[in-house]
Amino acid sequence: LVGSDESAQQKLAEAILKEKKSFKISIHLATSLPLPLERDHLRPRIDLIVFMIDIKSKYSLKNVEASLAHVDASFFLGKVCFLVTGVGRVNYCSVETNAVWKLRDIYCSPVLYCELELEGIRVATAQRLLRMLQICAGHIPGVSALSFGSLMRNS
Amino acid sequence: MPRVPGCAHLWCWIQPHSVTARPAWAARSSPHVLLRAAKLLRSGANRKQRVNPAGRDNENADPQKAASLLRKQWSLYSVTPLYKFSGARLKEYARLLGAFIAAEKQKGLAVEVGVDADVKVTFASLPELRGDPQDQPAMLVQLSSRSSVSPKSSDEKLIWSGCFCCVSGEDLLENVPEDFTCLPLFLANGAESYTAMVGSWFQKTFDCHFCRLSISPLNLSWMAAMWAGCSVEKNACATELVFSVPCLPQPLDISYAIHPEDAKALWDTVQKTPGEITQEEVDLFMDCLYSHFHRHFKIHLSATKLVKVSTAIASAHCNGTIKLLQSRYLTGVLMLLTELAISQIQ
Repeated sequence: LVGSDESAQQKLAEAILKEKKSFKISIHLATSLPLPLERDHLRPRIDLIVFMIDIKSKYSLKNVEASLAHVDASFFLGKVCFLVTGVGRVNYCSVETNAVWKLRDIYCSPVLYCELELEGIRVATAQRLLRMLQICAGHIPGVSALSFGSLMRNS
Repeated sequence: MPRVPGCAHLWCWIQPHSVTARPAWAARSSPHVLLRAAKLLRSGANRKQRVNPAGRDNENADPQKAASLLRKQWSLYSVTPLYKFSGARLKEYARLLGAFIAAEKQKGLAVEVGVDADVKVTFASLPELRGDPQDQPAMLVQLSSRSSVSPKSSDEKLIWSGCFCCVSGEDLLENVPEDFTCLPLFLANGAESYTAMVGSWFQKTFDCHFCRLSISPLNLSWMAAMWAGCSVEKNACATELVFSVPCLPQPLDISYAIHPEDAKALWDTVQKTPGEITQEEVDLFMDCLYSHFHRHFKIHLSATKLVKVSTAIASAHCNGTIKLLQSRYLTGVLMLLTELAISQIQ
């Protein structure tokens, strides 16, 4: 999970870990990319990168845009997704919708919207991300990350 | 990226901010959170480009009528279309509203204790306050108090004003059925209790719904860019942006003031087509200001919330209050607010 809002990341990570699942999951939280080089050789395989953009903070968008430059091109075949948070409070909107859609189009990755302050939506978002993660890790036979990603983008 | 020219006048101070209450009677409807957000996010795609309304200055406006709107603090509301409203029956409406207010006061909802005053209601039409000929003419409602102790004295004091208007709203308000009049923007100045009374009378009589209009930081930055670009006379007040810093134990405000000539010079280097503004130009303008601030103070203003914009043209606060300062740009500002009101209704 990459995003400038650490408390939101923490909340989402906890929600994901609470979900019932049949596989082991490890979540790495980062405020920006690239990840420190020193621990590169110890790092497990990354199956899904979720970039978190807070609609109330233009800074979070700029942070994500800067981090995207450090992602290897192979991840954009379905293993990247953008998560726009804070949509419950539309009157606090500082990020323009078109900016998010531009990211979606340039990087060919799906965009999910959520409001992490509301528990119901937080749990639902955690479940969606877990499903995506299962597909990206290859646990679902017959569905590849790429085919699922293109399905998500057109909905 | 253009540098902010000679911005020696910028200063910043930090102060704790106070919390203001919202009127309970104009309750915001609360549909499913994500559905409403998605609708607004989708409508955001249409607002990529705007004709600069501030450029449409109105030098022929009647100064008398326009002056009644200037230099007052107005609370903004969006109003759904009025059913079976007629511009010819204004005197009758004034009488009915007057009776309603008198009845409410009898019921014990007195505003001022101890002051036994009659409230006189006037409805006036402001036909010059519109953008296109197809717009519904604006309507001004005023409450004045006349002491009932000496009814013959001409000592009338204006205690409350409200203005319904629609400036260049027609192209956004298609498919409105007959019998409905569209005056989506409502400005109120005066005691909250009178606003509540007038509002409930309108809601009962015309089956409409009032909703407090709040202005998002995105829209405030549009206003900052548009108004900074307007030419102002000498000795105009500084352009001031106020930011609220979130996630702190004690809420703090940061005030960023810019000399109006510097702001205009910056906007002139950013804007490509005169008379048209795009989201990219607004973003670039704001980014220049943010990076200038960061260079001096190492604070990322883009991570804070823009809550107030004050320029020589007008000042606007995110909780939906506005102060109009120049009659020349009045229609332009009202046009922008009408658009915001319409998008809130939709």
